[in-house]
Order: sequence, then structure tokens, then C-alpha cells
Amino acid sequence: MKSEFTLPIGKIRQIKGQCISLIGNDIDTDRIIPARFLKCVNFDSLGESVFKDDRETLKGRHPFDLEENKNAKILIVNSNFGCGSSREHAPQALMRWGIKAIIGESFADIFYSNCIAIGIPCFTLPKKSIQEIQNQSKVNKFLFLEIDLKNSLAKSKDLSLTLEIKKTSRKMFLSGQWDATSTLLQNENLIENKLNDLPYLEFNSHVT
Amino acid sequence: MSQDTLFDKVWDLHKVSRLPGGSDQIFIGLHLIHEVTSPQAFGALKDKNLKVKFPDRTVATVDHIVPTDNQSRPFKDNLAEQMIETLEKNCLEHKIRFFNIGSGNQGIVHVVAPELGLTQPGMTIACGDSHTSTHGAFGSIAFGIGTSQVRDVLATQTIAMNKLKVRQIWCDNKLSKGVYAKDLVLHIINKLGVKAGVGFAYEFAGPAIDELSMEERMTICNMSIEGGARCGYINPDEKTFSYIRNKLYAPKKEHWEKALKWWKSLNSDEGSIYDDVVKIDASKIEPTVTWGITPSQSIGINQQIPLLDELSPNDKLVAEEAYEYMSFKPGQSIKDIPVEVCFIGSCTNGRISDLRIAAKVLKEKKVSKNVKAFVVPGSEKVAHEAKQEGLDQIFMDSGFQWREPGCSMCLAMNSDKLIGNQVSASSSNRNFKGRQGSPSGRTLLMSPAMVAAAAINGKVSDVREFLS
Repeated sequence: MKSEFTLPIGKIRQIKGQCISLIGNDIDTDRIIPARFLKCVNFDSLGESVFKDDRETLKGRHPFDLEENKNAKILIVNSNFGCGSSREHAPQALMRWGIKAIIGESFADIFYSNCIAIGIPCFTLPKKSIQEIQNQSKVNKFLFLEIDLKNSLAKSKDLSLTLEIKKTSRKMFLSGQWDATSTLLQNENLIENKLNDLPYLEFNSHVT
Repeated sequence: MSQDTLFDKVWDLHKVSRLPGGSDQIFIGLHLIHEVTSPQAFGALKDKNLKVKFPDRTVATVDHIVPTDNQSRPFKDNLAEQMIETLEKNCLEHKIRFFNIGSGNQGIVHVVAPELGLTQPGMTIACGDSHTSTHGAFGSIAFGIGTSQVRDVLATQTIAMNKLKVRQIWCDNKLSKGVYAKDLVLHIINKLGVKAGVGFAYEFAGPAIDELSMEERMTICNMSIEGGARCGYINPDEKTFSYIRNKLYAPKKEHWEKALKWWKSLNSDEGSIYDDVVKIDASKIEPTVTWGITPSQSIGINQQIPLLDELSPNDKLVAEEAYEYMSFKPGQSIKDIPVEVCFIGSCTNGRISDLRIAAKVLKEKKVSKNVKAFVVPGSEKVAHEAKQEGLDQIFMDSGFQWREPGCSMCLAMNSDKLIGNQVSASSSNRNFKGRQGSPSGRTLLMSPAMVAAAAINGKVSDVREFLS
């Protein structure tokens, strides 16, 4: 298992690391972390169970089991990655395994917002570019990318790619405001005021 | 950009501010929590030394991990016991209303909130569960969130989110006999695909939707997420209002009239603008069954599993993966594929009307000897009502096991699991690889009526043959 793991904190401007390529569309969060590992009251030990069933099926040949990938930090995926269950355990497991950023053709909505909320930037690229990276990483087992978030660029020795990321997400990472709670709390007055706008708060009889 | 739809109205009403990053801060009117995705959120509050801001706007129940055979405490499974204890402790400490086992109101969170009248039109509803979209059936804007956002709702009653686009799915004509809401939603997902809904809220509308009961509408909205849409909703009408009326937490007396007036103002305006509109002909839909590993891989009961050549280039990769995993052959009929386990339940199809339809099919029939069949009511209320109507007896007489309420084998976090590569006929929502507890287990999604028919014949069957 991986040695060092630190939770991301503050501004995220640059991510450097080796790529790990996972081929397949519609890879759901049940596959990323099967439901039996959700029986926990913290996320600490999820890293070792990431893709557990897929890895057992492939008996050591899964990308997350290959020796050359053990220090990989940037996950390369295809389309609709992270669909299905809203379990944040999925990006938490990926993060605890060592993933710091994901580049894919597309992401499921809830998975994407979970990643942003815990400090994993997710970028998109057209199918062709993803396939190019995936092909390159077949030839070069140790494909390194340097992601510059400010300019949305990913570079390696032979590649230079312009990444797409939602403006709101990019801003949050660059300013360090991706951990939303404190930002939301700054508007406490506005939240209190909102109570007066909502007609149903008055006739909701469960409020005692 | 959409304008004057119910989604726009409810979103704008709940918007607290535009955040520095550019997303909206949205007030959450009703927050639902359960044992799986909340403990870490409460842990984070503690770490940040924060309190629950409006404890009376959060309601809890326990559903995912509960055993359905023996619910006496402590649970046999230590981890499950630890999770329910953590929820009990957190609710007590933060003064959150908790519907525990035995309260009469426990059950799957998306079954419980509507039946208690907590779910109402015009609200924003969030829960750490992707099937929160269910509540959109009432004209609320409801969506699943992750644990970090559960933390945010607990701490601030708001979340940061980008406004979704709105796609109207107009369903023309009527469903024919033996074809149910489940078939309609599986058909929609098949036509649009599992990622078409990314970035969208789905508004389901049209004569076929108007015709549906509230419980059927919940089935439709429930599976919006399987089409990629985090949120699905239906404009409220008289059926919505009469479903809510007299429920435990429904507005009472003078509040009822006020509520009704407001609810009626919420519907998408006649000239409202959608980002996209899709039309579906409901009358052409057959009982529908999934054959693969995503909910869009479905066909009508009389159709064959598609050949690779018949599929669009984008669907081929997953289709090949599905043929291999399911061990089904392209071109093979879905009808008559043997099933070993039959499961009726889940937030998609575990409500009283689902049980009634299945019981009608099963009455005076026997489950095939080769099949293990069980029914898990969606809530204690559903179980109680079913017993009063004698449905439990019909199920048991036919050979179905009658269980206690919970999520059960929809996601197999309790001991209800497939074994090896068993094939299950399931009224749940996901046929993902390994979803029902065995890494090689195979799930065929279908309506509860179709599950009942499959149980009797021991193979995938056309329920219409039982209804004549």
C-alpha cells in the first residue's frame, strides 16, 4: 500500500504526477467502491478497497494493482465516470489510494461535485485526446503530466493539452475556497433572511 | 437557458447568494439523512466546531444497513450496529428527528418522507443519496449530495451548486395494460442514454405522466439519476395535493389553503422555455427488461439482446463488456432467460401500489422451485398497510419470503446478497456489475409485476399473460 497520504488543503494550482489509465465508459461508483465497504463511520481505510471487485476479478492485472502504477496521481478515464450512487466514499477511496486529479471525457454530476468538495480537480478532454493519452501510457508506462490549473494546461515531454474545467471549480481551487462550509457561513445573515422568503416554512407543521 | 419553469421558480426562490466562485448558494428546505452518508458529516462538524444550524429542517431514518430478517438489537453485524448507534447518537446530540426501527415510520428514506407528508411542492430537498430525485414527483427540486455537502447543509442549511439546465421529457398517449411507470422510465433511459441528463434537471410531463398515480410518478423521478439527471420533477396537480392532504406533516387547517394556493402557482408556465425538449410515445412501450450492466441496456420483453452492429459507436464498448459479464449472447431473446433470485422492493418499487400489483399476479400461484423470492416493503407503513390488506399472506402462500423494511438487496449492504453469478429479477434501480452483493452477480431490472411473473415461471416472462 501507499505510504504517504495527506488531505489536500488551501490553494491548488499545480498537480504533477504519473498517469494511470482506466479504460471504460459508465464506470459507476459501486465499482469504484463496492457497497460493503460503506459500512464505516469514517473514510480512513477506503484507499485499499478502491475497485476491489474489479481488481479481484482481474487477479492482479487491474491498473490499480500494477507495480508501475503504484505512485500514479493523475487518473485518466473515459465517459460518464462516477455514475450511479452519490457515495462520496468513491472519490475518498480514489484520493486515499493516491489520486490527486482526474482527466476524463465526462463525469457524472454528483461524482464531480463530490470531487470538487474534497479537493480533486476533474478536467475534461475530447475523446480523441483521452485516447491519445491512454495510447501513450500504453507505450510509456511512466507517463508524467504537469497540470497548470491557472492556464488549464497539461504538459508532458511530448504532449501539450488544453484542459476543460468548469470556471467555478477552477476559481475555487485557485483561491483555495473549494472547501465550501466557511464560504457558505459567511452569508449567515442572508441565510436567516431567506427564512422569511419561503412560504412553506410557515405551514410546515413538523417545525415545532 | 430555461425560463419560467417550475425548476427556475423554485431555484430562484431558494437562492441565497451568488458565491465568489460563481456558483449559487441554495437554501435547502428539507434535509433527509440516513446512516451511511451522514456519520462523516457529523464528524466534520465536530472537527470544525460547528453546530447543526436548523435541526428541525433535517429528518433522519435508517435504511441501507438494516437487516430484513431479524431486526432485533444489537444487529448481528457489528459494523451495521455501529452505524445505527452512530446515527442514534448524532440525532440525539443535535436534536434531529429520527424515525428509528419500530417507530412505525422507519423505512427507505425516499419512501418515508412522502408518506409522512414531509415532501411537498416547491421545496428544495437534499439527501446524501442519489435517489433523492424521487421527491421531485411532488414538484419539489430534490437531488442527491455527497457527504461534504451533507456537512454543508447541516452547518448552514445551504449548499454551493451550479444551476442545472432543464430538459422536458414529454410523454404522449397512455401506457398500455401490463406496462408500468418502471417500463416507461427504463424506456426513457434507453432512448436518451445514461449520461444524457448530466447537467440537466428532467421535467417529466405529458398525458402519460398526468395519468400516473403519485407512487408511479415517484418511480419515474427516482430513476432520473439513472439517466444522468441529478434531479427530476413533475408539475404538481390535484393528485399531488390529495396525496399530501391529511398526511402526518401536511399543512393543516388555514395553512392548507395557503399552501394549496402557493403550490398551484409553481407549475411551469405555459410559455416557459426549456433548454431541450424530448418526446416519447408511451403507447408503444412494452414491458421492459435490462439485459446488461447499465440501466440503459434494456429491451422490450419480445425483443432480442441487440447485436453489436445495431448499436451506436458510443454504446459498443459497454455492450461488449455487458455481453461478457452477463454471459448472454447478442441476438438472444430476453424472454425465457432463467432467473434464480426474485427481489421486490427498493425506493424505486417498494411502495404499497407496487406490492398490490405483484400480489395480484402471485395470487393462487406458486413461485418456481428453482427461485429464491423475497419481498422487502419500503417502509413500516407500507408493511403495515400490506398486512391489513392480506398481501403478506398472498406473498407467503406463493412462496415469497416476507421481510422487514429496508433497502436490502437493491445495494446489498445487509446480508441479502446474490451468490456467485446468480441471475436476479429485481424491481430495483441499478444493474451495475456487483451491485447486488456478488462481484459476478447479474441483475435484470424490471417492474414488480414482471418480477412476480418471473418468479412464477422461473424465467423472464411477459406479465401480460398473467393479467388477461
